Amino acid sequence: MTEVRPVLSIRDLSVALPQGGDRPFAVESLNLDVMPNEIVCIVGESGSGKSITSFTTMGLLPRTLRATSGQIMFGGRNLLEMPEREHARLRGSEMAMIFQEPMTALNPCYTVGDQIEEIFAAHTSIPRAERRTRTLALLREVKLADADRIHQSYPHQLSGGQRQRIVIAMALALGPRLLIADEPTTALDVTTQAQILNMFKELRRARDAGIMFVTHDFGVVAEIADKVVVMQKGRVVEQGPAAEILNRPQHPYTRLLIDAVPRRRPEAQAPREERPVALRVSGVGKTFNVARTLFKPARQVAALKPVEFALQSGETLGIVGESGSGKTTLVRCLIRLIDPDSGEVWIGNTDFAAEPRGRLRSHRKDIQIVFQDPYGSLNPRRRIGDQLVEGPVNFGESRESALKRARELMRIVRMDEDSLDRYPVQFSGGQRQRICIARALMVQPKILIADEAVSALDVSVQKEVLTLLADIKRQFGLSMLFITHDLRVAAQICDNIIVMSNGEIVERGTVDEVFGDPKHAYTQQLLNAMPGRAWKIPDNVVSNQ
Amino acid sequence: MSAQTVAAVPPRLTPRQQLWRRAWRHKGLVFGATVLAVIVLLAVFAPLVAPHDPYRQNLLARMVPPVFLGGTWDHPLGTDALGRDYLSRLLYGARISLMIGFVTAMISAVIGSVLGILGGYFGGKVDAVVTFLISVRLAMPVVLVALAVVALLGGSLIVMMTVLGLLLWDRFAVVLRTATRQVRSMEYVAAAEVLGASLPRILFKDILPNVMSQLIVIATLEMAHAILLEASLSFLGLGVRPPTPSWGLMISEGKEMLLFQPWLIAIPGVALFLVVISINMFGDGVRDITAPEGRN
Repeated sequence: MTEVRPVLSIRDLSVALPQGGDRPFAVESLNLDVMPNEIVCIVGESGSGKSITSFTTMGLLPRTLRATSGQIMFGGRNLLEMPEREHARLRGSEMAMIFQEPMTALNPCYTVGDQIEEIFAAHTSIPRAERRTRTLALLREVKLADADRIHQSYPHQLSGGQRQRIVIAMALALGPRLLIADEPTTALDVTTQAQILNMFKELRRARDAGIMFVTHDFGVVAEIADKVVVMQKGRVVEQGPAAEILNRPQHPYTRLLIDAVPRRRPEAQAPREERPVALRVSGVGKTFNVARTLFKPARQVAALKPVEFALQSGETLGIVGESGSGKTTLVRCLIRLIDPDSGEVWIGNTDFAAEPRGRLRSHRKDIQIVFQDPYGSLNPRRRIGDQLVEGPVNFGESRESALKRARELMRIVRMDEDSLDRYPVQFSGGQRQRICIARALMVQPKILIADEAVSALDVSVQKEVLTLLADIKRQFGLSMLFITHDLRVAAQICDNIIVMSNGEIVERGTVDEVFGDPKHAYTQQLLNAMPGRAWKIPDNVVSNQ
Repeated sequence: MSAQTVAAVPPRLTPRQQLWRRAWRHKGLVFGATVLAVIVLLAVFAPLVAPHDPYRQNLLARMVPPVFLGGTWDHPLGTDALGRDYLSRLLYGARISLMIGFVTAMISAVIGSVLGILGGYFGGKVDAVVTFLISVRLAMPVVLVALAVVALLGGSLIVMMTVLGLLLWDRFAVVLRTATRQVRSMEYVAAAEVLGASLPRILFKDILPNVMSQLIVIATLEMAHAILLEASLSFLGLGVRPPTPSWGLMISEGKEMLLFQPWLIAIPGVALFLVVISINMFGDGVRDITAPEGRN
C-alpha cells in the first residue's frame, strides 16, 4: 500500500499584521495537514486567525496582510512562491472555496445555471451542450430537487439553503482536490444546516477530496470533523483526531471553549409551584399587508397567528424557532414597536396591547429588551452614560440619581465605572451586550426580553453573558423571555420552552419535556437537526486536570 | 484579558482631544480650513484690510494692471474699467459670496432636513408627501425660477438668499431621507422607544447626530453651489445689483475686456475657485473625522 500524501500541507506559516495592531501576527507558526477524504475543522473564536489561514491558502489575502514565512504545499508546489496568475488558475479548478454568506456569493443578474456553466467555460473547452448536462448533474449531486427548474432560476428566487447548495455545486464543478469552507452554515437555519452538513459528509466519500472547514461551532465540529485544529490568537493550541479533542481536550483554551458550549443543565428541574403571572399574552396576532406591485397582486402574510401563553414571575421562558417562525414579530408586538392586530398583553393590571400610544410611555418601563446585534443597539454618537440615564430621565427621575444607579449597574454587569464616559466603539461585542443589559435594567423592569441576545457572541463570551443574565434574573427577581434559535442555549438557561413554527406555537413544556419527549413533528425535526447531538459534551473539563 | 485592555487604551485621550488629533492629521481638512479661515477673516475685516474704498471711482486710473503684470503697489490687483481698486472690491465681494453661501445653505438645510428626517422616520403617508415635494422641486429648473423671481422682485441680497434657500433643499431632503430610514431601523432607536423616549428626543438624540455627517457634507456642497449660482445670476445681470461688489458681477463686468485685460476675469475667478474648493475640502474632512467608525 502506497503512502497517502496530504492534499494540503501547511508548514510554519506566519502572516504579519500591519504595524500598530494588537498583535504582530495574524497567524503564527501554523502547521496543518489535510489528507484526501478527510474533513479538517479549524475552530476558534473571532480574531483567532482561522479565516486568515483559509484566505492565505486560497491566495485571497487582503493587501495589507502578507505571509512572512513558511510554506503551503499543494500538489507538490509551494503556493506562497507561486506567481499570482498560476495560483489564480488553481483556484476554481484544483481548489475551491465556499463562503459564509450565500445571499451575496451569487450574482443576482444571471440565472444560477449560467453562473455554473460559466465556470466550465472559463476553465475548460467543454462544448455548450455538455456544459449543461454537467451543470444539471452537479445540481442533482448537491441534492437540489427539480434541477431543471433551479437551472433557470435567479438567485433571489431561491432560499438561503438552496443558494448555499449552488455555491457548493460551483465549488465542486471542476472536481477540486481541496475544498475550503469558511463558516458555510453559520447563516442558515438549523434544519438547513443539518442537510448541508450531511452533504459535506457525503461529498468527502464521493469526491475523495480534502475539506478544510472553518467554524466557531463545536456542535458542527462534533457532527462532521475527522480532525480538529483549535486556534487562539493566531496560534494552533491543539490539534488531533476529533474524538480526542472533543472528549479529552488537553489545552486549557480548548477546555475553556468546550466548557462554554451551552448544554442542558444536568439537574432535573423540579416542577415549580404556581406563582403569580407576570405577563399574560392571549390571542396576540399580526398580519402584514404586502402592497400590490407591478408583478404581484397584494397579499396578506400572517406573520403571527393568535398565540397564547403566560410568563410566571421569576420564570425564564424560552421561545425557540427558526427564521420566519414569527418570534421576532411576537417580540415587537409585546413591546409595542408594532401594534398587534388583536389580542391582549397583560402586565400586572394593564393591557399593554390596548393602551393608546399616548399613555403607553408610562408603562414601558415594566417591560424591557436586550437586542441581538451588539453593534447596532447602542447609539454610536452618545456616551454610554448618557444612554444609560436616558430611560430613567424619560420617566422623570433626576439625572444625578440615575447616574448613581448607572454606576452601580456597571459594577453588577462587571464593567468599569469609567466606561460611562466612553463611546460604544471602544467596546467589544460582549461588553456592549453587558451595557445593553445594564441599560434595560436602569428603569427597573419587571420583565426582560432577551431577543437572540447571545447569538452574535463568541462561545466563551456567550457563556459569560448567559451566566450574567441568570444572575441578574435572580438578583432582581425578574421574569425573562428568552428568544433564540439555538436549542442548546435555550436548554441551558430556560425553565420552560415554547417552540414556534410558521407563526404558531407548536409545542410547550419544561426543558425536560420538550427535549426529552418532543410531541410535535417539527420539534422532533429541530432536535434531530441539532449538530453534534451524538456528542456527549464532557462535563467539568476545566476543573478536571 | 490584559491584551484587551492594552488595545483599548493606548494613550488615554478624551474624545475631544482625539478629534483634534485626527483633524490635524487630515491634510485636506487642514488645507481647506486654513484657506477658508483666511478668506473669512479677510472678508470680516475687509474695511480694515482694504487699501481703498471699493466704490470710489477714478477715471484717471482705469484698468491699471496688477503688480505682477507691471502695475504699482498703489493698486496691488489693479483697477477695473471705472478705476475702482480691484483688491478692495475683491475683499468686499468675499463678504457677499460667503454670506450668500452660508445663509442659503442654512435655509435649505433647515427645510431639507426637516422634510427628509420626517419622511424617513415616519414613512407611509408623510413620506409620500415628502417624496412628492421633492419631485416637484426637482422638476423646477433652479436658474430659470431664480431668474424669474429676481426679475419680479428685484435683485437685492435678501431676495437672492431667500430664493436660493428655497430652491436648494432638494439634496438635503433626498440624502437625509435615506440616511434616516437606515438609522430608523437600527436597534438603538427601538431601544430608545422602548425606554420611553419622546419623539423629539429620539429625533434629536438618536437620529440627528447619526445623520449629521451626511448633513455636513451636503451643507458644504450646497454652500459652494449657492456661491456659484449667485455668481452666475450676477453674471447674467439678475443677481446682486451694481455697484455692490460681487465676484459674479466683477466677472461679468470684465468680460468685454477678456482679450486685453484677462486678469479682470481671472482674479475673481481664482477667488471663486479657492473658496469653493476649500469649502468642499473642509466638508469632506469634517465628515471623515467625525465618522464614528473611525473614532477610537
